[in-house]
Amino acid sequence: MSIFEYNGSALVAMVGKNCFAIASDRRLGVQLQTIATDFQRIHKIHDRLFIGLSGLATDAQTLYQRLMFRHKLYQLREERDMKPETFASLVSALLYEKRFGPYFCQPVIAGLSDDDKPFICTTDSIGAKELAKDFVVAGTAGDSLYGACEAMFKPDMEPEELFETLSQALLASVDRDCLSGWGGHIYIVTPTEVKECTLKGRMD
Amino acid sequence: MGDSQYSFSLTTFSPSGKLVQIEHALTAVGSGQTSLGIKASNGVVIATEKKLPSILVDEASVQKIQSLTPNMGVVYSGMGPDFRVLVRKSRKQAEQYHMLYKEQIPVTQLVRETAAVMQEFTQSGGVRPFGVSLLVAGYDDKGPQLYQVDPSGSYFSWKASAMGKNVSNAKTFLEKRYTDDVELEDAIHTAILTLKEGFEGQISGKNIEIATIGPKRIFKVLTPAEIDDYLAEVE
Repeated sequence: MSIFEYNGSALVAMVGKNCFAIASDRRLGVQLQTIATDFQRIHKIHDRLFIGLSGLATDAQTLYQRLMFRHKLYQLREERDMKPETFASLVSALLYEKRFGPYFCQPVIAGLSDDDKPFICTTDSIGAKELAKDFVVAGTAGDSLYGACEAMFKPDMEPEELFETLSQALLASVDRDCLSGWGGHIYIVTPTEVKECTLKGRMD
Repeated sequence: MGDSQYSFSLTTFSPSGKLVQIEHALTAVGSGQTSLGIKASNGVVIATEKKLPSILVDEASVQKIQSLTPNMGVVYSGMGPDFRVLVRKSRKQAEQYHMLYKEQIPVTQLVRETAAVMQEFTQSGGVRPFGVSLLVAGYDDKGPQLYQVDPSGSYFSWKASAMGKNVSNAKTFLEKRYTDDVELEDAIHTAILTLKEGFEGQISGKNIEIATIGPKRIFKVLTPAEIDDYLAEVE
């Protein structure tokens, strides 16, 4: 079994009209055993920037702590929040530092740029950035998520429609993956507010 | 730094609470050639005298004003070789920032890091402080900015400032002529007039250096021909 499949995860971010949504499953497992059903995979860096970390949970936690550390210092020094593009470059650099002993994580970064345009990107475990205009996926349910998102995505969706679409895509995909599921966590971010919702799906 | 006789810090406090080496470094700056900078509403101009020791020196090879990034440049008063070392370090720091964040370094950040380097050399064993004061000019998202960095590592933001031999006359002149809404073209004229005040001999495009950053945020050193044009306008 691959180390990336040890804990199980599903992460997806999708772009809408001047908004974005990022969603994850809630299962934390140790191979076939479920340990927690409320595991937080998506973290807020600042009001307009979120990062989700899939893969090995311990690496995800450490990586998140390191990124918060770097961002807080950046905020103190530069007296401003990091732009999503800048943060993505930072994540990429941090991951590549460990090129020959990597973090077993695949991050999904989603944020609003200065001009309120949504920005999403994912990297592989050693920092290769993939910028997408529509959606990015990560985790053990990744393959299913690609299919579901490709089928359900429409450009320029309003926040409510984006929420519906992303929820359906996530729940459909995790149902096909035994290692992820137990509901979902979704954040819909617009220039004015951040909405956080919990989804109830098949609880297995 | 080893057991050498000189592995203590030269900048140890005197009984009066001063760091004498820094005072001496400032004296070295004060006897250097005059340089100045003016922050306009739509840009920054920096300028310096370029008095060469002999007419045989190839003046085109002497570059007292250097760029640090495409939108930042620096001029100095004091010791040329120390300036070159600082320019090299600052350029490297700016590039490292860019490599990490894929974003141009903000002016304040680069100034702070350069000042930190200068401060290191006032608190380490076996080294001496830098014998230069820098005037850093930049234009970023916060607008046009002008910073002075001293050998001690302290830095200040200025609307207009001068350093070097003629500093008090130059500053008085600048105080009289500076207005908050001065435009870049007027600032260049004011800079030339300020340099002319204390200039010994005939001023020309070959014995002063001027550089500007305009609203397009590109740092540009003016050619001697361009300086001669401005000199003609000032006459």
